[in-house]
Amino acid sequence: MNIFKRVPKSTTQDVETDIFNKETEGLSQSQIVRARFFRHRGAMISVCVLFAIIIFVFSALGIKIFGLGYRGWWKYNTIEMTPLRSQGCPDGLGGCPTFDLLPGKNFGLGDHPFGQDDIGRDYFALVMRGAQRSLLVMFVIGIVAGLVGTVIGAVSGFYRGWIDAVLMRFNDFIITIPTIIIGSVIGFHFGNKGVLFLAIFLGLFTWSGLARLVRGEFLTLREREFVDAARVAGAGNRRIIFKHILPNAVGVIIVSVTLIMSGAILLESALSYLGFGVVAPDVSLGLLISTYQDSFVTRPWLFWYPGLFIIIISLCINFIGDGLRDAFDPRQRRRISRKERSRNHGAKNRSSEKK
Amino acid sequence: MLAYIGRRIAILLVILFGSSFLLYNLAAISGDPLEGIRGSTDPKAKAIMEGLVRSLHLNVPPPARYFMWLKGIGGVFTGHFTLGATRDGNPVSTYLSTAIPTTIRLITMATIIAIILGIGVGIISALRQYSRFDYAMTFVAFLMYSLPIFWVAVLLKAYLAIKFNNFLVNGTISPIWVIFASVISGFFWAALISGDRKKVQIIFGIAAASTALFLTLLSITKWFTHPGLGPIMMFILGMGCAFGITFASTGFANKPALRSAQAMPVFGLILYFPVQYVFTKHPGVPAIAAMFVVTMAVAVGTAIFFAKIDRGPVIRTSVITSILVGILFLIDKLMKTWVPYINTDAIHFRPIPTISQSNSLLPAGNFWFTFLDTVTHLVLPTAALTLISFAGYVRYSRGTLLEVLNQDYIRTARAKGLTERTVVMRHAFRNTLIPLTTIIVVDFAAIIGGAIITERVFGWQGMGTLFNTAVNSYDLNLLMGVFFVTSSLAVLANLIADLLYSALDPRIRVVGKK
Repeated sequence: MNIFKRVPKSTTQDVETDIFNKETEGLSQSQIVRARFFRHRGAMISVCVLFAIIIFVFSALGIKIFGLGYRGWWKYNTIEMTPLRSQGCPDGLGGCPTFDLLPGKNFGLGDHPFGQDDIGRDYFALVMRGAQRSLLVMFVIGIVAGLVGTVIGAVSGFYRGWIDAVLMRFNDFIITIPTIIIGSVIGFHFGNKGVLFLAIFLGLFTWSGLARLVRGEFLTLREREFVDAARVAGAGNRRIIFKHILPNAVGVIIVSVTLIMSGAILLESALSYLGFGVVAPDVSLGLLISTYQDSFVTRPWLFWYPGLFIIIISLCINFIGDGLRDAFDPRQRRRISRKERSRNHGAKNRSSEKK
Repeated sequence: MLAYIGRRIAILLVILFGSSFLLYNLAAISGDPLEGIRGSTDPKAKAIMEGLVRSLHLNVPPPARYFMWLKGIGGVFTGHFTLGATRDGNPVSTYLSTAIPTTIRLITMATIIAIILGIGVGIISALRQYSRFDYAMTFVAFLMYSLPIFWVAVLLKAYLAIKFNNFLVNGTISPIWVIFASVISGFFWAALISGDRKKVQIIFGIAAASTALFLTLLSITKWFTHPGLGPIMMFILGMGCAFGITFASTGFANKPALRSAQAMPVFGLILYFPVQYVFTKHPGVPAIAAMFVVTMAVAVGTAIFFAKIDRGPVIRTSVITSILVGILFLIDKLMKTWVPYINTDAIHFRPIPTISQSNSLLPAGNFWFTFLDTVTHLVLPTAALTLISFAGYVRYSRGTLLEVLNQDYIRTARAKGLTERTVVMRHAFRNTLIPLTTIIVVDFAAIIGGAIITERVFGWQGMGTLFNTAVNSYDLNLLMGVFFVTSSLAVLANLIADLLYSALDPRIRVVGKK
């Protein structure tokens, strides 16, 4: 075996270029990006899975905010305790999951799909609530960090000078403090004030990487001709920032917001695990794992399900981010199937024969 | 250059000042150190509170208190350096001085393994872009990105430690596991090697069959309960290393390189018993260090003897091979220590521990026991940390190598008629190392921060434990001590990365003044 052996390319590069040029002919930038994203199989599957999870999780259990709310379709809530169900459980401990995918008489969700915890609370309800919390934290951190980072990066990249110096030094201060340290200090204080507060405050300290990227993008874009043209046409600073530069920087922003979000879900669960994030009686996936990690041997389901939800959500976000990065990257080339290649090659040969 | 470094250090000091000021005030306003005592009904509570207020200067507002803390650090110039005292009155620096080595021991091995594996897999992924291997590795990397480390840790404890210990009671592998492992290995090798369907099937067959044979042999001979390599096995493995390293670095066509690499296991075979004698008679780090120096000298000397021209690559090849052979010697010695080790009362046939950093019941004074004990305690945390940081290196090295391979100078190198190995290893890989170095250096500092969770899960008494105590007991000085160490390391790492960057990449010139 030889790792260094080059995988032969059946056609030359200009055939590929031909295919790409033909594909993008007459399309706007956003249409090209969308087409590229839709072609990324992993990202599309992830989008579907993530949507399915969001709908499933938020419909299963109702939420109440300021007295307004709805009831979910699941029969138990996170507080109610029912006697431990021991029927069919392997070692008589009770509370094992009734979830069964194999066809048979047990097929379906059953009474307690994810089992019960040691005091008889329905674990499906707990995991659903935890997943809601994690998704909420993830989106709130993404939005807050995205907004703050974009504004700070845009302002310092556009105005440069002393504003840039001050903002970027401040950015350096925040980058130097490890996220988990600042998160613990904040979380320890704000964790008991509710998950929304926690998420907002965490968002206020996770924007630094994004701000750097946006600043860099603004620094290059503000020197481009279209900005000069807009200025000559009489556009003000605000119009140039929002109408001319920001749309061009949106790729960088979206991609790094997804990265922030995938980091956020792990950050929240890690903080809750350490006891510095969401605290009981509220529920979060990290907290569930932390509470039941010692019962892995006796009641493994208490450990598996919250972990699986964290992994699936985070995996989806990572794949979506990867798809977006590929879609926004103009140098990115997708793989061209052999069929397409030969079709194009054939057409080219024929046209050259005619001449 | 000096002016540049000076300017950078000045900026870094400003950053450190700013971030510590930020964290100090944030931590000070976010908690009340007296909260626990306020509610107590103890008649002495008032006196304790007053004592704490006095010793921790709680009556001074946080921003001013920060400067009192800073004055202690500023004492580094006057010889009165102090990081303040904890709540119970002990100096923070004594806690830190025991915690820092623990944390460094925890993360060093994991980082090295993750870097080597990650870069290797990343390179193969990039060279085989859009192959089955590439897709599989992309998925694995994303999966590892998404794993919460504390979750992995519990799984590792259950499967790697407890199940492995149970397995060691018998030391025989059940046929189902043999088949499972063979199929996995077959898939791995088949995915790694590209080719038409027939070739892939043949490779799958060979890989699966040899794995099955190997595992069955190990199982029948009770190797797992009585591990060891012995001179012959070591010679064979060493030869394998020699061929592998020569293949990757210079290719078999370079006869001097191949000869001098092959000489290393030969020397190993000749010196096997003398080395065992040294291991037994003079156990300890000095003897190992001395042997390391001798090995290096022998490797360089052999390379110079075999190669008359173009000695650089030959020396590199034989030095890497000799290091691998040396590691084989250590592994062999540790395996020989294994049986007496697990027979001690302290271990009692449960060699892989799930918690803590060392076994205090172990008879003291036996160097190899302590060594093996450290290794077994490192297994789980290292596996967990490696799994997590491996993914980043795979993605990053793959991306960088793909970018470099598209450069014009790579096409030039190919057009000159260089072999693909030279193009990849000398022209492409070296250029990917430039951005990778930055990532590695910066990442090392970040891992120290991430070690907080790992230490908690595995019960190590390092910086993470200190940090947890600090936050839970509102111990501001202890918290700032931990932060001082991690952020100084982070900032230093940034400086080193910048300097390395300019040293590695001649296009980046550092200038003293702007």
